[in-house]
Amino acid sequence: MYQYNEVDQTIVNERVAQFRRQTEQFLKGEISDDQFRALRLRNGLYIQTHAPMLRIAGPYGLLNSKQIRKLAHIARTYDKNYCHFTTRQNIQFNWPKLEEVPDILAELASVQMHAIQTSGNCMRNTTSDHLAGVCIDEIEDPRPYCEIIRQWTTLHPEFDYLPRKFKIAVSGALHDRAATQFHDIGLHLVKNDAGEVGFRVLAGGGLGRTPIIGQVIKPFLEKKHLLSYLEAILRIYNLNGRRDNMYKARIKILVKESGLEQFAEAVEKEWLLIRDERELGADRISAMKAQFVPPAYDPGAAQDTSFAEHQLQDKAFATWVKYNTAEHKVSGYRAVFLSLKAPDSPPGDMSDTQLDAVADLADRYSFGEIRATHRQNLIFADVKQADLFPLWQQLDKLKLATANIGTVTDMICCPGLDFCSLANAGSIGIAKEINEALDDMDYIHDIGDLKINMSGCMNGCAHQSVGHIGILGVDKKGAEWYQLTLGGSSENKAAIGERLGPAVAKDQVTKAIITILDVYVKQRLDDESFLDMVNRVGITPFKEQVYADY
Amino acid sequence: MQIIKDKKIIDDTWSYIADDAELKKGDITVSLARWKKDKQQLLASGAKVGVRINSDDSIEEIAEDLERIQLIELDFPAFADGRLFSYAWLLRSRYNYQGEIRATGRYMPDQVYYLSRVGVNAFYPEKVEHLPVVLSHLNDFTVNYQRSVN
Repeated sequence: MYQYNEVDQTIVNERVAQFRRQTEQFLKGEISDDQFRALRLRNGLYIQTHAPMLRIAGPYGLLNSKQIRKLAHIARTYDKNYCHFTTRQNIQFNWPKLEEVPDILAELASVQMHAIQTSGNCMRNTTSDHLAGVCIDEIEDPRPYCEIIRQWTTLHPEFDYLPRKFKIAVSGALHDRAATQFHDIGLHLVKNDAGEVGFRVLAGGGLGRTPIIGQVIKPFLEKKHLLSYLEAILRIYNLNGRRDNMYKARIKILVKESGLEQFAEAVEKEWLLIRDERELGADRISAMKAQFVPPAYDPGAAQDTSFAEHQLQDKAFATWVKYNTAEHKVSGYRAVFLSLKAPDSPPGDMSDTQLDAVADLADRYSFGEIRATHRQNLIFADVKQADLFPLWQQLDKLKLATANIGTVTDMICCPGLDFCSLANAGSIGIAKEINEALDDMDYIHDIGDLKINMSGCMNGCAHQSVGHIGILGVDKKGAEWYQLTLGGSSENKAAIGERLGPAVAKDQVTKAIITILDVYVKQRLDDESFLDMVNRVGITPFKEQVYADY
Repeated sequence: MQIIKDKKIIDDTWSYIADDAELKKGDITVSLARWKKDKQQLLASGAKVGVRINSDDSIEEIAEDLERIQLIELDFPAFADGRLFSYAWLLRSRYNYQGEIRATGRYMPDQVYYLSRVGVNAFYPEKVEHLPVVLSHLNDFTVNYQRSVN
C-alpha cells in the first residue's frame, strides 16, 4: 500500500491549514455563503438535512488498520459512533459540527488521509477494482496507476473549477469490477497485439439523471502517455463543457452533443501538442509499482487441511465461504468480504466498535489492510485458508458475516431522505423492509446473483440505473413513490435498466420486489441468473405480475 | 487603485477604456472586440495596450498579436467559471506569452494560488481591502504535484 512521502504529507497538512483558515473566515462573515460552499465542497463537506456531512476519500478503496482505527476515533469523538461506506469507496460521517471539521481533517492527515476533492465540480477520488493485485483474472495491477492519477488530480490548478464533477475509474482485470463504463473516464489495462500492456481509454460514461455508457476514444494508449492524455481530455472538457445548465454539464453530454468522433479528434489534437513534454518515465512507474509489492505470503499456506474439514463439518461456514470469499491468485489464500448488509443495519454503515475490531482482525489475518468495495462492503484481500474459520467466527460475532455478498440482500443504498437534502424519498427504510421480507437465507441463496440498487432521488448515488433491479425514489405531490427498472448492469456487458412501468407507492415496493423474484424463480431455466433471464424474456412477464392488481 | 503584481502591491497605471469611449493617453485596456476593430489606431498611438478577455472569448483570436499586447486581463464573470484557468495556461504554455496576465472580476481570493500556478501574475482585487489577503493566499502551499507554467 502506498505510503506518503514528505511532499504528500506537506500537501495534506497545508490543505488542512488552508481549510481551517477558510472556515474561520466564513464563521467571521469574511467569506460569503456562496464562496464558502465551493471551498467546503472541495474538502468533502456538505450541508445536509440535519447537519453537515463529511465525505472522506478512500484512495481507490485502500485503507490500513491505523486508518480504520482513526475512523473509529472520529466516529466516537466527533460523530454519533458510526460512519458510512459509499459506492465510490469513500467514507461519510453524517453528524460532524462545521467548526470541528478542520480538527477532523487534521486527525485524518495524521494517518495519511484527506477529504480533498470528494465533492464539488472537480476531479474526484479515483476508484478501482476492489480485488486489484489479488484476483485471478488480472492483466496488471491498476493500483500504481491509480496512485499516479490520485497525485495528478489532487489540487490540479487548471482543473479545479470544471463545468461539473469528474470521476475516473481504473480496471486491470478481464472482469470489470470498477464500473469503468459509467465513469467520465474509464481506463482498462489491456494487452495489444505486440504483447505490450497499455490503457484502453473510455470517455463520456456516467450515471445520474442521464445514464450513458462510456465509449472508447483511444483503443490503446501507451502507459507513458497516461497523464498527457488525461490532461488533454480535461482541457477539452474544461474549455468546451456546458456551463449554462448543470444538468447538461457532465462530459457525457459534451461527448454526446459533439459526437464521439469530433470529441476524440479535439482530444487527439490537444494531446499531440503536449504529449512529449508530459511523459511518465519508466523510473516513475517502477518506483510506484514498488509501493504495491505483494505481502509476504506463506509459501506453505495451501498445505493446510483444516479449511476443507471445517467446510465439511459446518454448513454455515461453508455457505459463508461460498458467498463471502473470492479466489486468490496465490494458492492457499482467499479474499474475504465483510458484509455491511446485516439485516438490521443500514447498508454500508459501521459502528466505532466494529471499526476497531475490524482493524485488529486485519492486523491479525490480512497484513493490516482493508479495502472498500463499490457495493458498500469491505474486503480483507489476503487471508490464509487456515485462518478463514477463526476469522469467520469473529466476524460473525461482529455481525459482519452475513453470507449474502452478491445476493438480493446485498443492496446498494444511498442515505436517502433520512439524511440527504437532495433526496425525494427514503431508501434505508425500504431496504430494511425488503430485508425483513427476505429472512430465509436458503431462498436468498437459491435466487443467487442479484444486484438491487436503490437511490432516493434522480442523482442516483446508489447507481439504480445499473442495478439488476433498480429502485428510484421520486416525489409525487409530496408523497414518496418508487420507479422500478430491470436488467441494468455495470459489469462488462454494461446496460441501463429498463423501466418496468408506473412508479409504485411506498407500501407496495417490497411486494413488487417479492413478485419479481417469484416470477424469476418460476420461469428461470436451469442455472439461469436473474439478469440472464431478464435479457432472455424482457420485462413483460415481470410487468404483468407486478401490475396485475392495477 | 492598487493591485498585486509579481507578489507585490503596486499602483495600477492602466486605464479602462469602454467600447464606446474615446481613447486616452497612457496605458489602456480595451475589450477584445475593440482591439479587433481599432487595432491599427491603438498600435499607432504608441501607448501600451492591454486586452480584456472574458470566458466566452477565444484566445486564438489574439494569438498572432501577443507580441504587441502588454497586458491580458482575464475577467471572471463568476468564480466557478474555470475556463479562464485554461486560458492562462494556454497563453503561457502554448503561446509563450511573456506579458502581464491579470485576473479581474469575480474570482475568489482563495483561487489566486491556482491562478498563479497557471500563469496569472497580477490580480485586480474586487475590494481594495482584499489586497493583503490575496497576497498571503499566494503562499497557501509550498509543494505541488503538478508542474507550474512559471
